[in-house]
Amino acid sequence: MSDLLQAIEEKLGDAVEDSHAYRGDDTILVSHDRVLEVMQTLKDDSSFRFNMLIDLTAVDYLGRDPRFEVVYHLGSVEVEARGSEPSSLRHRLRVKSGVAEVPCEIDSVTSIWPAANWMEREVFDFYGIRFKGHDDMRRILLYEEFQGHPLRKDYPKERRQPLIGPRN
Amino acid sequence: MSEKQEILRQGDDSFVTTRVDSVVNWGRKYSFFLYPFVTACCGMEFMSVAGPRYDLDRFGAALPRFSPRQADLLMVVGTISHRQAPILKKVYDQMAEPKWVVAFGACTCSGGPYNNYSTVQGIDTIVPVDIYIPGCPPRPEAVLDGLMKLQDKVQGSPGWSRPRHQETADLDLPIIEKPVA
Ligand code: SF4
Repeated sequence: MSDLLQAIEEKLGDAVEDSHAYRGDDTILVSHDRVLEVMQTLKDDSSFRFNMLIDLTAVDYLGRDPRFEVVYHLGSVEVEARGSEPSSLRHRLRVKSGVAEVPCEIDSVTSIWPAANWMEREVFDFYGIRFKGHDDMRRILLYEEFQGHPLRKDYPKERRQPLIGPRN
Repeated sequence: MSEKQEILRQGDDSFVTTRVDSVVNWGRKYSFFLYPFVTACCGMEFMSVAGPRYDLDRFGAALPRFSPRQADLLMVVGTISHRQAPILKKVYDQMAEPKWVVAFGACTCSGGPYNNYSTVQGIDTIVPVDIYIPGCPPRPEAVLDGLMKLQDKVQGSPGWSRPRHQETADLDLPIIEKPVA
């Protein structure tokens, strides 16, 4: 186990359900109702300082419970002003959290990283996962008239929803 | 020899006779004003062909107009998503007659590599197309070949003043309010 994972598990205790390290990539699994507090700690704690949300996406494991997994990639990349101690820890961490089919929702992390805003909308658009506390939870890439969420594994591959013209 | 015959004889070297169709079309085919509707990777190839190296200007089609109202050649370059389809149709409708449409690249011809929830399977389901240029993306030579084929088509089109909308009437597409399941 890497030093980072060890430190995280010590700090967060039972909020971390599982963890693994693979070729230098550290991953922790967090229960969906504790995502917000875990993320806040990961950002604020001086030994982690994950000040950058690199990516936020989701995976559909159809047939599994919980069906979805929201995946966050965090980085600590801060470079402080000259003179002060360099503060970048250069950590990288993947955080995963299971989300059930009903209710298909999880806390939004926009209050911690504003960068999450559009990424959460994208996940909502394509997977139908709602982010509680997001102030603008609507589609971002597809059109309003679109029904369903196309990256769900049970979205029919052949289903087409043209706005105009013959069905194609 | 009548007076008229005399004039014609003297004019042998100074004028030619032709038909108004051919002369108007001849003018048109060497002076396209194109509207580049560029959405994806094919745009790179379009830039190359429109630049000095391949020089679209040799064919009189160099000046892009960024208002459809000033253009007569709609160059659709790149993947068209369903979300974008109404915009493409609107741009086409805003262009004044006479107008032509070139489908540039596999995506515009048929959807190209994409057959999924997001991609229009060929822009000819939305607007009428005059020339299809295949390739992903097409080589500049293919684009120039397509342009020359379009020139031939323009030269050969009868009734230069007839609006081409006639041909497109059967493509008069309703906006579908409810997406089909
Ligand atoms: S035809 Fe190929 S190169 Fe052109 S827009 Fe489509 S994918 Fe890109």
